[in-house]
Amino acid sequence: MNKVVKNVEEALVGIQDGMTLMLGGFGLCGIPENSIGQLVKLGTKNLTCISNNAGVDDFGIGLMLQAKQVKKMISSYVGENDEFERQMLSGELEVDLIPQGSLAERCRAGGAGIPAFFTPAGYGTEVAEGKEVRVFNGKPHILESALTADFAIVKAWKGDTEGNLIFKAAARNFNPMMAMAGKITVAEVEELVPAGTLDPNQIHTPGIFVQRIFQGERFEKRIEQRTVRKNA
Amino acid sequence: MALDKNGIAQRIAQELKNGWYVNLGIGIPTLVANYIPHGIEVEFQSENGILGMGPFPFEGEEDADLINAGKQTITTVPGASFFDSATSFAMIRGQHVQLTVLGAMEVSQNGDIANWKIPGKMVKGMGGAMDLVASAENIIVAMMHSNKAGESKILKECTLPLTGVGCVKKVVTELAVLEIKDGKFHLIERAPGVSVEEIISKTEGDLVVPDVVPEMHFD
Repeated sequence: MNKVVKNVEEALVGIQDGMTLMLGGFGLCGIPENSIGQLVKLGTKNLTCISNNAGVDDFGIGLMLQAKQVKKMISSYVGENDEFERQMLSGELEVDLIPQGSLAERCRAGGAGIPAFFTPAGYGTEVAEGKEVRVFNGKPHILESALTADFAIVKAWKGDTEGNLIFKAAARNFNPMMAMAGKITVAEVEELVPAGTLDPNQIHTPGIFVQRIFQGERFEKRIEQRTVRKNA
Repeated sequence: MALDKNGIAQRIAQELKNGWYVNLGIGIPTLVANYIPHGIEVEFQSENGILGMGPFPFEGEEDADLINAGKQTITTVPGASFFDSATSFAMIRGQHVQLTVLGAMEVSQNGDIANWKIPGKMVKGMGGAMDLVASAENIIVAMMHSNKAGESKILKECTLPLTGVGCVKKVVTELAVLEIKDGKFHLIERAPGVSVEEIISKTEGDLVVPDVVPEMHFD
């Protein structure tokens, strides 16, 4: 089944004001930067964005925050972003902070047909407020619900025309679970190849989870914290 | 003399056991990797999806796709693996990671930890800290004994919003190694030249002090 769309414009057709989007990535690593650029161009508003982080002021989801397109962020960590802080403190932006492992599992559950699950993470903290508590093996756990999205937008290293995806290094992070949890999943890849080119043994995300795939025009792949050793 | 941050990290490194998988938090915990004792082999887990994390890359060899949980460019060691965030936290929640070392703003005598939020200040989020402390069998907190205002961070009860309850087993500060047992802090070791009196005066929580408190030993 051919999932290929011509370009980023075609990939994001159907995204409307008020929708819920999942955006893959950890920090600026493995984010769908071409699609984020297109979302800014489209000017879609009142979006709920599910993403581990919120980018920095001038890159990633930070660009959508600058354009005031985001109504609500569902994330685990949102530092390094002044505009985010300003909008959050002024009440323009709703923020739902979720433990990182619970966020990952809630996306996975959403794609896997599991409506909710119990986890020990957050028990006894404000994250547990209003949530059902049950004790398993003598340890209290809280009930967390699955997350899904109208569109999940992920970034992969290589993909084929069937939508099969391979990620590189730590750029995998949230992308595979979010790909599973989108009603429509869009994959932007660095390299798009014909079906049969990628080794089926090496596929990380099977094409069934991907509805649209395209090769991104340009990847800046910005580094947030450049740390190095001195050459010996 | 009180330890510096590297000294705290070096003392914590003495707790490492051969064959352990270890998750190090941001700050002092990261420094533990610099002091792995001779003959001990451990593998570092980074919760964004790496087992077998190595040192920072040489200049010019940075890879934007290869970062740690602090978003710093890093390398991998031979035998490393990459995985998604759900698998990463399965390792953590499923207790496959033997030791977690993290920083804290406050620790209480029943093992509660607060390290993610100060009311009235910008909330950045808990990241993976709540998942890590909820499940790890062995959690060591690396921190200074007092905050910048000189107030003890070793408390009867935490005053800040909690990250986890009853989870911390050991605290290493610039002054002492403390164990948490039966709802009390127990003084295990003191930093070289630091008096028991100083530790008592800077500890707000209940502290059990044995007759003899050995000094930390560094090779």
